[in-house]
Amino acid sequence: MLKISRSHYNSLRQHGEETYPHECCGVLLGQMEREARVVTSVARCGNTRDDSPHNRYNIDPKELIRIQREGRERGEDIVGFYHSHPDHPARWSQTDLAEAHWFSCSYVITSVEQGKAAITNSFELAGSDENDKQLLDERLEVA
Amino acid sequence: MPKIHIPTPLRQYAGKQPSVQVEAGTIGDALSHLVSQHPDLRRHLYTDDGKLRAFVNVYLNDEDVRYLQKEATAVHESDTISIVPSIAGGR
Repeated sequence: MLKISRSHYNSLRQHGEETYPHECCGVLLGQMEREARVVTSVARCGNTRDDSPHNRYNIDPKELIRIQREGRERGEDIVGFYHSHPDHPARWSQTDLAEAHWFSCSYVITSVEQGKAAITNSFELAGSDENDKQLLDERLEVA
Repeated sequence: MPKIHIPTPLRQYAGKQPSVQVEAGTIGDALSHLVSQHPDLRRHLYTDDGKLRAFVNVYLNDEDVRYLQKEATAVHESDTISIVPSIAGGR
């Protein structure tokens, strides 16, 4: 399960509206509680895939290192990532799965239809390694 | 000693530690010592033929070692090494 405040939820959806028709991306920071990842901050990132931003995203590892360092100073860990699918369902694609490597983290996807954020879903990257990984539907609790 | 930051998905294979200090003169030495201390990390960082997996980015401070001397990049006492699995995807 992923727990996120209404304001953080709104901000990641709004990011997708702002970058439409391109994919947005960002990092979710927070803590792991008993059975849930809890988001306490959201960090927007640039999409380095300027060759194909309408259907691909990539976060610069250098940007992630900075976000991670700043999070550490606040006692936060990386708990997941988000991105948007312009005019496409909020479901993971084969590309999303192939490029997912942060096990036990949440991957949040928002469909942005004609510039408006529609559905937001969250998936946990489960499995033990690249051979058995799966993106599983998980409950997204917005409060 | 140089410190290696371990990303959240790999901490379970490194004694649940967020970072590990290793004696090392190069990036290659540092990673080699890391997987010697924590053998379960090896398959997550390296392919079966011993190459660093393509989606595993290794940074020395703020520099991608691919653009330095790769595994021969020199590491100094107060340096920080970050292991950063790629974050990418798309519809």
